[in-house]
Order: sequence, then C-alpha cells, then structure tokens
Amino acid sequence: MHAYANPTRFLAIAKPLTPWLLGVGLLLVLGGAFAGLTMVPGDYKQGETARILYVHVPSAWLGMGGWTSLAVAGLVQLVWRHPLSGIAARAIAVPGMLFTALCLATGSIWGKPTWGTWWEWDGRMTSMLVLLFLYAGFIALTNGDEGQRQGGSLSRGAAIYALVGAINIPIINRSVVWWNSLHQGPSITLGGSSIDKALLWPLGLTLLGFSLLFGAIVLMRMRRIIADNRVAARLRRLADEED
Amino acid sequence: MKAKHQRLILAAFALVGVAGAGVLGASALRDEAAYFRTPAEVKAGKTIVNEPMRLGGMVAAGSIKRQADGLTIDFVATDGKASIPVQFTGIVPDLFAENSGMVADGRMRADGVFVADRILAKHDERYMPPQMGDMPKDMKVAPKV
Repeated sequence: MHAYANPTRFLAIAKPLTPWLLGVGLLLVLGGAFAGLTMVPGDYKQGETARILYVHVPSAWLGMGGWTSLAVAGLVQLVWRHPLSGIAARAIAVPGMLFTALCLATGSIWGKPTWGTWWEWDGRMTSMLVLLFLYAGFIALTNGDEGQRQGGSLSRGAAIYALVGAINIPIINRSVVWWNSLHQGPSITLGGSSIDKALLWPLGLTLLGFSLLFGAIVLMRMRRIIADNRVAARLRRLADEED
Repeated sequence: MKAKHQRLILAAFALVGVAGAGVLGASALRDEAAYFRTPAEVKAGKTIVNEPMRLGGMVAAGSIKRQADGLTIDFVATDGKASIPVQFTGIVPDLFAENSGMVADGRMRADGVFVADRILAKHDERYMPPQMGDMPKDMKVAPKV
C-alpha cells in the first residue's frame, strides 16, 4: 500500500485507469438508466415515479461512501501523513457533495407525488442535509488553504473535521430504524432485498456505473492537483534560478 | 514508541470518544427525533388535548368513510397495538389508501378523535411489479400515470 502513496507510482496506474473507469461507468449508467426507464415495470403502488430510485439510490450511496473515504483519507493524513491522502480528500469533496445534492433533489422530486410533500424534517432527510453542509464546510475549510499551496496535504483541523463528520454516516444509515420517519425503512439489507428482482437489476447497473464514474472523477481531480503541484514546484525552481 | 504509533493510538481513542458521543446523542434524541408518534405511543403517554402533534400509522382496512360534504373523511389509524379515529377535511395524496401508511399533522380532540389538518402518505420499503402487488382482484392493472 505504501508503494502507491508515491505520486509517481500513483500516476502510472491512475492515468491508464481513468478512461476505463469513465467509459465503463458511462456505459453502465446509460444502460441501467435505459433498462430502468423502459425495460422493467413500474411499482405496483407508486407507478412510474418509483423509477427515480435508479438515480436516487446510487446518489445516496456515493454521497455517504464519499464521506467515508474522506474520513479514511483524513485518518491516513493524521497518522501516516501519506502525501496522497490529502490530495484524495480534496478530490473527493466536490463530487461527494454533488451526489449528496443529487440524492436530496431526486428524493424531493419523488417525495411530492409519493408522500405529498417536497420536504419534511424527518431523521433521514435532516441527516442527509447535514451531510451536504458537512461537505460544504470541508470545501470551505480546505479550498485555498496553506496545504493546497504546499502539495495538497490536509491541515490537522481539516483531517479531524473529516473524521468527526463521519459520525453522521451511521446516523443517516440508521435514521429510519432508530426513529419513526417519513422515509421508508431500508429496502436492501444483509438479509435480502424487498425490491422485487424484476425491478432490482437495473439498480445494480447504475450503482456500479455511478461508482465507476465517481472513481474516474476522483482520479482526474487527483491528477490535476498533482499536476498543479508540479507546475508550482517548477515555477519556484525557475524563480530561484533567476535570483 | 514511534510518533506514528502514538498518533494512531490518539486517533483511535478520539474516534471511540466521538462514536460514543454520537451514540449517546442519538439515543437521547430517541423521542425528539421521531417524526411522528404511533397510536400505541399516544395511548400510552399523556395526550394533551389540542396540542399540535403528528400521528403516524396504517389506515385500517375498510375504515375510510367519506362524509356527505365530499371533502371530509374519517378513518382509523392503527399500529396493530392501538387504534385512533382520525378526521380530515381536504385533499389526500394519491397514495393514501387503506392498508397503507400515513402521517397526519393535527390535534387530539377531547372526544379522542384526532383532527388532522394535513395528511401525508408513507411508502413502505417494498417495490414490486403491479401484478405482484397486494391489490384487490378488480384492480390488478398497472396504474396509469
């Protein structure tokens, strides 16, 4: 694992991997969306509106998975100070926030015809909104800070913020179990799925597809930060030579 | 001990502390964070008449009765343990139906009837094709949207 923490070795893998993640991810998302919209039946009670789950569920998964990765990167930054961990955390924040927003938006669009309301302050919705604000706070905390100009590492404060924010992830996950909520309970658990097989399979495609897309976006953003670092280092050297 | 290990132990302790605080907070919020109260919870606790609250439960089978004005409905909300009669005047969401979940904003009247001023439909976690749904026999057609 230590070997890949070296930016040069990381780039040697990330560069050829990016187009694959992007291409396969896009294909799966488009295929899953096509299947979800045209090939499977609507839900017995909700009708056609249920189809939004093929975007909503992957968005929720990536919003929460994004912060989990952010927290792991924060821990690695704090304990091992790997050069890539801060870069990874910075690269994850924006797509993570984007998918969280997409989850809230699709949920709201679904909530109006299903529940009869765009928004309610129940446990699931409130905790997911908190996640959106956590991302915004992390971006505000790390954008343009000292670390960004010095190789991309996280400040101790930002790394601790990432770790403490992770407490919200199990709360989002359990919110519909611990508290009475308007949002339904979990459909897919370790014990199986209460989404019928006939409706479930396109979700597998979009879940994997969006995850690969997320990976491609993160790799691209990490490569950009590393490239920026190199430009900055070269400019510094040039400035030193002129002196 | 290397500085790295010291940091790891410190981070582990901090994580345990934060997780513990989170669990304590979540359990302390048990009642406050609940979006609604079930009929059994309402019956068990002291219900203050005319205080705004939210009641959630299943709409009991065969309980929906429409009054002559065409707008007011009466039904029974149940959670399997207790039942509370509910009255509502207005338009209900499309998914509001018997044997289905609902959440009502309103107040308890002195006679034990819950008067709702807003009703939301609650969806459960099951998703299935129309032909598999628990629908009455004469409705086994895909709903047109």
